[in-house]
Amino acid sequence: MNSAHSNKHNREVAAKTRRPLLPMHVLWAVAMIAPFLLLTVVGMIAPVILLVAQSVSGPHGFTFDYIQSLANPTYRLAAWNSIVLSFASASVSLATGGVVAFIAFGSGTQSRLGALVTSFSAVAANFAGVPLAFAFISTLGMFGLLTRVLRAGGIDIYAMGFSLYSISGLTLVYTYFLTPLMVILITPAIRAVSQDWLAAAKSLGANPGQRLRLVVLPILAPSLISAFILLFGSAFSGYATAYALTSGNIVLLTTEIGNVLTGDVASAPQTGAALSVGMIVVMAVLVWISRWFGQRTRRWK
Amino acid sequence: MIGKSLWIVFLAALFIYFVLPLIMTVIFSLSRGQAGFGPDAYVALLSRRDLLAPLWMSAQLALATVACILLFMVPAVIAVHLFAPRLRMLLELAAILPFVIPGIALVAGLSVLITGPGWLIGSPFFLTLPYFFLALPYAYRAIDIAISNLDLTQLRLAAASLGAGVGRTILWVVMPNLWPALVNAALMTFTVVLGEFTVANILLFQTFPVSINLVAKSEPAEAAALTIVSFLLTWVALLIVLLVGRNSRKTFDTGRSGASS
Repeated sequence: MNSAHSNKHNREVAAKTRRPLLPMHVLWAVAMIAPFLLLTVVGMIAPVILLVAQSVSGPHGFTFDYIQSLANPTYRLAAWNSIVLSFASASVSLATGGVVAFIAFGSGTQSRLGALVTSFSAVAANFAGVPLAFAFISTLGMFGLLTRVLRAGGIDIYAMGFSLYSISGLTLVYTYFLTPLMVILITPAIRAVSQDWLAAAKSLGANPGQRLRLVVLPILAPSLISAFILLFGSAFSGYATAYALTSGNIVLLTTEIGNVLTGDVASAPQTGAALSVGMIVVMAVLVWISRWFGQRTRRWK
Repeated sequence: MIGKSLWIVFLAALFIYFVLPLIMTVIFSLSRGQAGFGPDAYVALLSRRDLLAPLWMSAQLALATVACILLFMVPAVIAVHLFAPRLRMLLELAAILPFVIPGIALVAGLSVLITGPGWLIGSPFFLTLPYFFLALPYAYRAIDIAISNLDLTQLRLAAASLGAGVGRTILWVVMPNLWPALVNAALMTFTVVLGEFTVANILLFQTFPVSINLVAKSEPAEAAALTIVSFLLTWVALLIVLLVGRNSRKTFDTGRSGASS
């Protein structure tokens, strides 16, 4: 709050003291900004343009064949699996992460639990990919420790239909890094819920349930939607964890692109490009919606 | 009271979910099969030559990526704040692009580009290009927040009144105020690069995570040990980030109260 206020103050001062830029300043600005923008164009924009171009260029020139081929059953299944996995893991993480953040930071005071949750979340949100996959294989894999302990105790979870290498197994693994990510994403919004509003609601006789439903949730709603979309997006675009867990044998959009690129399936590279373009479009829409809701959050302050 | 015990059960279940895989991995890495427990897997790791080279490779890549962040991104962020606030939108956009373009799609795009010169594509340092962008959102956030919290106008006027030109102002006034954020950005970049698997695996470069994946196929106990080691590495790096962040907040605060008094 304090820094936001001083920023506003700074901007006012800057507006008053702003002089026309000297030519030397323009030179400095160009010299410092242009290399970065050039690098971005070469490293990010150019690859995307090439992907788009590749996805519509067949052996005889321009074609929509490869984009139409995305409608075949394999890619439909991949899209469906990706969506189910992302939706399930994002929903679970939204609920658990949101509740944890609320317990740890909802009271508005600094607590030991809050400090612990902050530092563990920072680590666990970054504990994804290959190491995370092996931690779960060691625990709940076909020959994982927990699996064997349970089996010795008469509960064979694999005979009961559970598999770590399935969509439900992947959901369990993705939740491990998405829940702490949720805590990180939602904590600023929860901290911004003014204790005065809660006290006002309490003095008017609202019980805890009403305070949550009528005060907290409406304030947090845009942040929650924005966070959910970001969680969905990170599950949707994840590759390393799924690959390490299943060696690319699970049908997801990302693993399908990977299989095309490594030549594990006999698909044209154009199909991989078309899949990639499709993913980029979905992600762009998601990020755009998320930012739109994120901006609505800022209006509360 | 039923509500309260329900919360405790919820938190306990969550605690178990987050801690159990780590404990199980530690036990797994220490187990000798039928012969009890011992740190054999960790000892075996130290004598593996095929892991040392990839670890060194990943460390070099991380350093190269940090250098690129410092050389390309940091000057751009400073210049935007000093001279061209309107261009900030452009940098924000560049920092979001890596989220919009999934790692796997970026590799797909880069492998279309791969018809480039052999000296660039064949070298593992080609990875610095995608890694720069994978680290960009984290590094950008760290630097942008720190520089927004500086009273840049005041600093610039003070420096100018003492006769400093633009170059001196940036080097001797802005940069020293940014160093906690620079450390933060560098460490975030380091953790991103040390853990990156997707791009390196597809482009067939032997980085640390790629070789962890290979080791795991033949030596499960060693893979578990490597998992623990990389968890600890991430933990140490992020702990330093948190500590630096806490200390820098203190210095900023004292600076501000000093200015207002």
